Amino acid sequence: MGFERFLFYFFSIVLVLSALRVITVRNPVHAVLFLVLCFFTSSALWLLLQAEFLAIALVLVYVGAVMVLFLFVVMMLDVNVTPLREGFIKNAPLGLAIAVVIVIEMFLVIASSKSGGVALSSVVGPVEQGANFSNTKELGGVLYTLYAYPFELAATVLLVAIVAAIALTMRRRNGVKYVDPAKQVVISREGRVRLVNIPVAGDKSEG
Amino acid sequence: MTFIPPELLPAAPEIFVLTMACVILVIDVCLNDEDKTTTHWLCQGALLGGLILTWMTGGSGERITFNGHFVRDAMADVLKVGIFLAGSGALIFARDYLRMRKLVRGEYFVLTVFAVLGMMVMVSAGSFLSVYLGLELLSLSLYALVAFNRDSAVSTEAAMKYFVLGALASGMLLYGISMMYGATGSIDLRTVGNAVLAEGNKSLIMVFGIAFLVVGLGFKFGAVPFHMWVPDVYQGAPTSVTLLIGSAPKIAAFALVMRVLVEGASGLQADWQQMLLVLAVLSIALGNVVAIAQTNIKRMLAYSTISHVGFVFLGIASGSPDGYASSMFYVLTYVLSTVAVFGVIILCGKERDVENISDLKGLNDRSPWMAFLMLILMMSMAGIPFLVGFYAKFAVLQSLVNEGFVGVALFAVLLSVIGAFYYLRVVKVMYFDKGDGDEVHIELASDTKVVASVTALAVLFLGVYPSALMALCVATVR
Repeated sequence: MGFERFLFYFFSIVLVLSALRVITVRNPVHAVLFLVLCFFTSSALWLLLQAEFLAIALVLVYVGAVMVLFLFVVMMLDVNVTPLREGFIKNAPLGLAIAVVIVIEMFLVIASSKSGGVALSSVVGPVEQGANFSNTKELGGVLYTLYAYPFELAATVLLVAIVAAIALTMRRRNGVKYVDPAKQVVISREGRVRLVNIPVAGDKSEG
Repeated sequence: MTFIPPELLPAAPEIFVLTMACVILVIDVCLNDEDKTTTHWLCQGALLGGLILTWMTGGSGERITFNGHFVRDAMADVLKVGIFLAGSGALIFARDYLRMRKLVRGEYFVLTVFAVLGMMVMVSAGSFLSVYLGLELLSLSLYALVAFNRDSAVSTEAAMKYFVLGALASGMLLYGISMMYGATGSIDLRTVGNAVLAEGNKSLIMVFGIAFLVVGLGFKFGAVPFHMWVPDVYQGAPTSVTLLIGSAPKIAAFALVMRVLVEGASGLQADWQQMLLVLAVLSIALGNVVAIAQTNIKRMLAYSTISHVGFVFLGIASGSPDGYASSMFYVLTYVLSTVAVFGVIILCGKERDVENISDLKGLNDRSPWMAFLMLILMMSMAGIPFLVGFYAKFAVLQSLVNEGFVGVALFAVLLSVIGAFYYLRVVKVMYFDKGDGDEVHIELASDTKVVASVTALAVLFLGVYPSALMALCVATVR
């Protein structure tokens, strides 16, 4: 228990610090890298909770795919962050005030167990499972049986996202001078060269 | 764990529409740009097939399948038929609209079918999860459709606003759902409903959850104070998309309120009743008053939508089966007149949109029939007797008075009288103002003209004989 608790605090501190760095660091590429660290440590926290499938999915999907894409976009766009930061000092008090209100509200809902809120101590954790218990298998079993209908719907939502993205961004440009290799290959002499007889004015002198 | 495969028959219309949408997507790729109208007819076929399947497999009581995620009952069937008809109307007007602006692309029609599928899922939702997924399917298709004319800056701006506010609304809804899940331990609407009934209003977290759910639903419906997106989106979207947004999704939103609040949280009726009443009164007041100041006809109709949404909420807020039935009647007939109004607007403008109310000047001289249809629709929306809008308002107010909300009913009547002004102004512009001579000459494709006429005349017909549809609504809501 002791070592596990140490790991929890270690990962949590790294997580919070790197999350802070994401919004305070000047260079956007560094911010993205800190975000990667964030996701990585939170996946370690999932592992501590014995939710190995979620941990792996987080690393594969977010770190492996989404963040790499993010990095590409940030590097390609060359975002200039200075204008984004201009109103920071001006807006900070308002943002802080809202944050404080939200924290108080959450505290009221969670801590006021007398008035019908949820007492944290009364929440029981999930049942402890053995080492050979497979999270992934359980999830798969539920996903493809009990939740087959929402699963298919989610797939449809993704399909619509693809269709919408293509419909909105794909355009056929006219007048672009790119070369079609297939047409180059099948070209014949007749298609390219045309022999024309041009009568020349001073023809008689040669004859 | 043994797994019993779910019964698929109740969901046959959904499965058919989804399969057809995917097939049409593939066929569309193989078509030339010139015959994209084939895609339109295929999509109409998909909706018609869905309609027939709903008719054939319906009518045998409540059936629950897919482990509680899907519910098929009489209310779902009637609302789905309404959605199919509205979607089909949206498709046929869109075809002409897109053809005149050289925007015809197959994706438009397919996205409409996907939007219809999303609405069907919402109408038949049995759990919070399917509620949310159906809503996202609908919203995502609509965002793309609003931005469909991507060279237009106004459309793009409208799409951005719609997207950002829609995402915010989804967030609110999810927040409410997560609180309900936290309090009851289930996402199944019936289990949640029973848990809420058992705990009553003792649980603070449930009341919080309901508040967030109402905010999310208010956003999606476009009720005041969550209405900011409505005028901008109505104005910015291509008119055929405005037709779609203004019509069928309202039916789905009504179903959503019925499923989430009436089925899922009947134990907290006292709480959401108050919230809905406030939203309704604000919507009717703001919608009717601000619409007077509008010169753009799509913006004016957007504010008119807001006031009509107020009436729908009033019916639900009365909290009685009669109130729900009158709300359902209101939604169905409102959707009918919306399809017709925007249909006529599309037909009245050719390459150039009818943007301002003054564009309708002297419509009577140019096309007496179109002016007459518009006259019927405006009068119906204003709530003038012997048209369906009057009867719908009357039914809602009657159920309100029966439940003892006399003051609210009086307030709604007063504001409707104020609202009648801007509808009648359109009539005045059409009949008594002389055109400048530079308006578009109207020639009509025969099939769209027939559809516009039939929907507008249905408004007249239902106004004289409302009892059959009303009886249907009463029978299905119970």
